[in-house]
Amino acid sequence: MRHTVSVLVENKFGVLARISTLFAARGFNIDSLSVSETEEPAISRMTIVVKGGAYILEQVTKQLNKLVDVIKVTDFKDTEYVERSLALIKINMTKSTQNELIKLIGIFRARIEDISQNSVTVEMTGNENKINAFVKTVMPYGIKETCRTSVVALGRGHTIKIKEKRNG
Amino acid sequence: MADGYARSTGKPGVCIATSGPGATNIVTGLAAAYMDSVPMVAITGQVATNVIGQDAFQEADTTGITRPVTKHNFLVKDVKDLARTIKEAFYIATTGRPGPVLVDIPIDVQRGICEFIYPEKIEIRSYKPTYEGHSGQIKKAVDIINNSERPVFYIGAGVIASNAEKEIIEISKKADIPVTNTLLAVGAYPPDTNLSLGMLGMHGTFCANKAVQAADVIIAVGARFDDRCTGKVCDFAKKAEIIHIDIDPTAISKVVDVDIPVVGDAKTVLKEMSATIEKKERKDWIKTIDGWKAEHPLSYDRNDDKLHPQYVIEKISELTKGEAIIATEVGQHQMWSAQYYKAKYPRLFLSSGGLGAMGFGYPAGIGAKFGNPDKEVIVIAGDGSFQMNMQEMAVAILNDIDVKVAILNNQYLGNVRQWQEMFYGKRYSHSCLAKRKKCPKWCNTPSRDKCPVYVPDFVKWAESYGALGIRVTDKKDVVPALKKMLEAKASIVLDIWVEIEENIFPMVPVGASLDDIITRMNG
Ligand SMILES: Cc1ncc(C[n+]2csc(CCOP(=O)(O)OP(=O)(O)O)c2C)c(N)n1
Ligand SMILES: [Mg+2]
Repeated sequence: MRHTVSVLVENKFGVLARISTLFAARGFNIDSLSVSETEEPAISRMTIVVKGGAYILEQVTKQLNKLVDVIKVTDFKDTEYVERSLALIKINMTKSTQNELIKLIGIFRARIEDISQNSVTVEMTGNENKINAFVKTVMPYGIKETCRTSVVALGRGHTIKIKEKRNG
Repeated sequence: MADGYARSTGKPGVCIATSGPGATNIVTGLAAAYMDSVPMVAITGQVATNVIGQDAFQEADTTGITRPVTKHNFLVKDVKDLARTIKEAFYIATTGRPGPVLVDIPIDVQRGICEFIYPEKIEIRSYKPTYEGHSGQIKKAVDIINNSERPVFYIGAGVIASNAEKEIIEISKKADIPVTNTLLAVGAYPPDTNLSLGMLGMHGTFCANKAVQAADVIIAVGARFDDRCTGKVCDFAKKAEIIHIDIDPTAISKVVDVDIPVVGDAKTVLKEMSATIEKKERKDWIKTIDGWKAEHPLSYDRNDDKLHPQYVIEKISELTKGEAIIATEVGQHQMWSAQYYKAKYPRLFLSSGGLGAMGFGYPAGIGAKFGNPDKEVIVIAGDGSFQMNMQEMAVAILNDIDVKVAILNNQYLGNVRQWQEMFYGKRYSHSCLAKRKKCPKWCNTPSRDKCPVYVPDFVKWAESYGALGIRVTDKKDVVPALKKMLEAKASIVLDIWVEIEENIFPMVPVGASLDDIITRMNG
C-alpha cells in the first residue's frame, strides 16, 4: 500500500541525512521525499511517500519518531488530505497532432510552457493519479522527456499542531 | 572502557578520541553500546571548521560515519553552543532508552573562548521519552496475568537500565511467575532460585525454552525479542498472549506480534501493575517446570579429570560467591559464563550481546574497575577475542587497575569451530589459532601435543607488561590458580588450556524453533 507521511523536523544540518540513513538501514524504500521550510523557519516539513504493508508503515512512523530531531510524524492514512506534485512533460508534436494535443492538454488542465518546432512542453500539477493518467494519454504521441517533483501534502481542514511528542 | 564503566555503574561512560582515525576506531565500540542501549558520551576531535570538507589531515565525516550507531550525534560549529550541546548529549544518552551520543568538536571550537553558560535544565521539544505506562493497557495486562495459568517473565537489559529488579522479584514471588532472562539480563533475577529459569534462547536452558513454548502468557520486560532468544519467530511462544513493556515504541511488534503493548519505564509500569496483580499459587505450572529442570539441567562431564571450560567458570562463580563483576569476550566462553556464572545482582555480568563484538571484554573490565574500585573484576576471555584488545593492558598497568583475566584457551575460535563441526561436516576452516602453513590443509584432529606452538605465549606476553601470567593445563591446578588470582592485587592473566573441542549445549540451531533444542551432541 502507498502511504503519504508528513514529518515535522528541526530545520538543522544533517536531518535529511538522518532520515535517509534510517530508511536505508532499515530497508524501507522511499518512493518520494520533499523537504521545505514551514511557516516557522526553525521547522521543516518533509513529505515522504512509502510503499508497504501495515508493519512497514508502523515501523516507519515509530522509527521516524524515535529520531531526536523529529518533532511530529503524521500518516495521512485515516485523514482527508491534499496531495500534489508537479510534472514537466515534453511531448512530440507535429502539425497534424497539434490540435488534438492542445485539446487534451486543456481537458487535463495542464499548461503549455513552451512550444518548439516538433514538441510541446507542458506543466502539470495534481495528484499522482492525475499526472499518471495524463502521461498515459499522451504516450502514443511520443514523450521526449519528463521531470517530476516529489509529493507535497497537507491535511484538510484541521491543522497539525506542533505539540509534545512521545518517544523512547 | 566507557561501556564497561556504564554497564557496571549505571552512570554514563565517557570516551574521547582524536579526529579521523581516532574517531573511526571507536565505531565498533559505539555500535556495541548502541545495540545494548548503554548510556555513553563519546567526544571526538575534528579539523577546524574552516577546513571541514577539504579532506584535511586526519579529517573524517565522523557524524556521518557514526549516525547509524549512535542514539544521536552533534557537530559543534560554534563554541557558544558547546556547553549546551554537552549537557544535551548527557541528557539524551541517559534518558528514555539509553544509548551512546557522540559530540564532534572541531579544534577551533575546542580552543575558542566564550562565557560559560551551562543550562540548568534541558528541554528538547522533539525529544520527550514516555515513562508512565498507559493505565488502560496496564489494566488489560494485569487482567491477562491474573487469569493465566502458565505465565512467564522474559526480562532483558531494560530491567537493569530502569533498576526494576526488585519489582520483578516481588511480582514473580507474589504470583508464582517463573522468570527467564536474556544474555544482557544475567544477574537481574537471583539465579538458582525456584522461579529462576536461567537464560532463554540459542544457548539458554532447557527449562527456559520449554517454559516459553508452553506458556499461556509471556510478560516481556525491557527485552527486544532478539533472534538469538526467539529462535524461529513464527514458532515462538505460539500458545501465549504476549505483553510487552518497553520504553522504546519501536521495539514493540518489531519482531513478534504483541497483544498488549505497554510503552513506559519498566520500574514505573511494574510498580503500578504490582498493586493489582493477584497473589496466586501456580503449583502445577511450577511442578512442570521443576520437571524440566530435573530432566535436563546444565551439565558437562564433571567426573572425568579433563579440564572442561565450564568447570573453570563454575569455580570462579563459587570462589567469588557470584559477587564479582564478570566481563566476557565473545564466543563459547561467553555462553558458558552466562550459563555457569551465578551473578547475584544486576550489573555484575558485562557482555556484548546485540553486536557480539569480540574485543569487548577486556576494555569493559578495565572500565568496570575504574567505576568499581572496590569490587573484584574478572574478565573471562577466549584466546581469540582477547587478542583483539589485549594491548589495553597498558592502561591497566599505567593506572594500577588490577583487572584479572582468565583466558579459556581452546586453541580455536571455538564458537566458529563448533558450527563448523555441527553444521559444516567438521571442515575446520580458519578457526584453528595454532595452524601454520605446514599443517595439513583440512586438519580436524587438533591436539595440544602434536600441534605447532601456540602464539602468543600469553604468560610471557603478560609478563612483558609487568603483569603476572600463570599457565594452567591441569584440572587440579585450576582452583589454586584461581585463588592466587583472587588474592593478587595486581593485573594477572591465567592462560587456562581447556578441552579443545568442547561444545556449548543446550543449543537451538539458527532458524530452528525453540522446541528443537539440542541438549547434547548426538541426541
Ligand atoms: C570482531 C568480531 N569478529 C568476528 C566475530 C565472529 N565470532 C564470534 S565468536 C568467534 C570466535 C571467538 O573465539 P574465542 O575468543 O577464542 O572464543 P571461544 O569461542 O573459543 O571461547 C568469532 C570469530 C565476532 N563476534 N566479532
Ligand atoms: Mg577460543
